[in-house]
Amino acid sequence: MNSCILDIRDLEISFFTQAGEIKAVNNISLQLKDGEVLGIVGESGSGKSVASYSIMGLIAEPGKIVNGNIRFNNHTIETMGKKELQKIRGKEVSIVFQDPNTSLNPLLSIGSQLIEVIIRHTNKTKKEAKERAVELLGLVGMNEVDKRLKQYPYEFSGGMLQRVMIAIALACEPKLLIADEATTALDATIQAQILELLLQIKKKNSMSIIMITHDFSVIANICEKVAVMYAGRIIEYGKTEDILYNPKHQYTMGLLKATPNINSHIHEKLVPIKGSPVDLLNPPLGCPFAPRCEKCMKICLRSMPKNKVISDDHYTACWLLEKKLWS
Amino acid sequence: MRSLIKHIVKRFAYSLFTIFLIATITFFLMNLVPGGPFLSEKNLSPQITEVMNDKYGLNEPVIIQYKNYMIKLAQGDLGVSIINKGRDINDIIYEKFLISAKVGFITIVLAITIGIAMGVVAAISKGKLVDRLLTIFSTLGMAVPNFVIATALLIIFGVKLRILPTYGLSSSAHFILPVLTLAFYPMAYIARLLRTTMLDVLDQDYIRTARSKGLSEFQVLVKHGLRNAITPIITYLGPMIAYILTGSFVVEKIFSIPGLGGEFIGSINGRDYPMIMGTTIFLATIMVSMNFIVDILYKVIDPRIELN
Ligand SMILES: Nc1ncnc2c1ncn2[C@@H]1O[C@H](COP(=O)(O)OP(=O)(O)OP(=O)(O)O)[C@@H](O)[C@H]1O
Ligand code: SF4
Ligand SMILES: [Mg+2]
Repeated sequence: MNSCILDIRDLEISFFTQAGEIKAVNNISLQLKDGEVLGIVGESGSGKSVASYSIMGLIAEPGKIVNGNIRFNNHTIETMGKKELQKIRGKEVSIVFQDPNTSLNPLLSIGSQLIEVIIRHTNKTKKEAKERAVELLGLVGMNEVDKRLKQYPYEFSGGMLQRVMIAIALACEPKLLIADEATTALDATIQAQILELLLQIKKKNSMSIIMITHDFSVIANICEKVAVMYAGRIIEYGKTEDILYNPKHQYTMGLLKATPNINSHIHEKLVPIKGSPVDLLNPPLGCPFAPRCEKCMKICLRSMPKNKVISDDHYTACWLLEKKLWS
Repeated sequence: MRSLIKHIVKRFAYSLFTIFLIATITFFLMNLVPGGPFLSEKNLSPQITEVMNDKYGLNEPVIIQYKNYMIKLAQGDLGVSIINKGRDINDIIYEKFLISAKVGFITIVLAITIGIAMGVVAAISKGKLVDRLLTIFSTLGMAVPNFVIATALLIIFGVKLRILPTYGLSSSAHFILPVLTLAFYPMAYIARLLRTTMLDVLDQDYIRTARSKGLSEFQVLVKHGLRNAITPIITYLGPMIAYILTGSFVVEKIFSIPGLGGEFIGSINGRDYPMIMGTTIFLATIMVSMNFIVDILYKVIDPRIELN
């Protein structure tokens, strides 16, 4: 029943720049079931966007999938040609990009940017596509939709553009929606409405969602699973409650301490994680978090910890959890 | 929409004023230049010179001459040529401009279409062999003066291969060499500008968005890419089109085309004041009109441009 819509195995993505090879995604594996909502968290530069773009075959020069495979909805993404990818992009999988202000074409009206994706993937006439566009803008909570369709991106606020992007992504009822910080520019009320809308559509179409976010309240609200990324790796993965209340990796714990506690009434002091992110040009031999980890041991510097299963659907890569070490 | 009309009216008035200024400046500059149509080489007797000067109003005070000229100009009358046996300057310019503009128009269409195609191809094959070849071509096209290109084409196709005519404009084949000569520079220029703007545009986030929607490569490159890449170069197209339409003296001389460019130089050599004035004002008007059109076009294409 719960079949996999997405199955990523041993994925490695590098950017070959003049300075050298940047290992943006380093050996990640990930499964996503039909209708499942996965959150991806991790600090800036940890590879969240790059990993998710690869699902659409959107890694551009100088980036390259160095290893691994991506199976999405019975397609093998990494070997698909341009033409085949065009058929699924925007239709079976769509994405809401991170920066709404630069992600829409400044010279085309909102309407034409919304209608073109509908025309491309359905048999609708221009008129029917326009009706659908009106409906979609209504869904994401926009007023005076007819007028809005004729307007240009510069006439919209960041939050409005983000909603337009969401409407575009939802236009052809995708099997998988990738939302890359798709609610950051929205105020709290609108954000709650949009999340509610996504959950409704997910239920109706059994759409899966990947939510990339820095916001643990979004995670707590709609995600079933969470992947924590650090230096291009998934260092911890689990059910939302496991990650939020029973984190096992030192980095996840640090990340949670650095965020306002959403459920407790106790106002804990926020503790930012000390140190700076890993240099992806020269990734360390051992645990990438070692230079910043308070519990760092000798072995952490020497070799990379393996994934350790803690319970069903919960695993992490940290030497502290290797029983062998203690016994 | 209303602000656009207001803007058009404003720009139009501004354009008229520019032409007025140019006419005024040319008029007074002309009167500062020593010599006159009836002096120099022609060895006319002083009496005849006097009679002629009288006839063409050259003995009046400058300010009166200026007034008379401007009144006529306002009615669209550029006066009569002194050298061309009293022919109407309007007629001469009309006849010559038609010839230059015919060659110029074909040149512009060729330069814009091929220039754009070259720029796009270079941008999407950045760093590859095609791109390098196109870069070499456009560098040459911009660096080599057109009389060199004209001579080279003339020798190859006209003298050595003997497959193309080189003199006059009596058949459509006659247009090929002058058009090619004239097209080189603008074609290279457009290709180079467009390569730069296109590369910049292709790096933008909205291109990635277009791809993420599953649009065809053509839609991505033309609808989303080219449109944005062309806008910044429209500004350059105005003066370029005006320049080409009005004819190049050098090219007209080499291919014996009786166009406006040659006529202009002829009138300068002959000190034909009214003709020089008339041609200058005409050229200025073409230039100002092109800028006017480009300015409006720019506003229509790019909705972000503020109209105040
Ligand atoms: N075009 C590129 N060229 C070179 N390096 C790149 C390119 N795109 C991404 N990277 C590198 O890949 C790494 C991961 O980037 P990514 O955008 O996935 O981070 P992220 O987790 O989404 O961060 P953020 O939270 O800031 O969006 C970064 O170190 C970045 O420098
Ligand atoms: S492996 Fe070592 S350095 Fe890495 S998080 Fe665990 S304890 Fe810290
Ligand atoms: Mg990102």
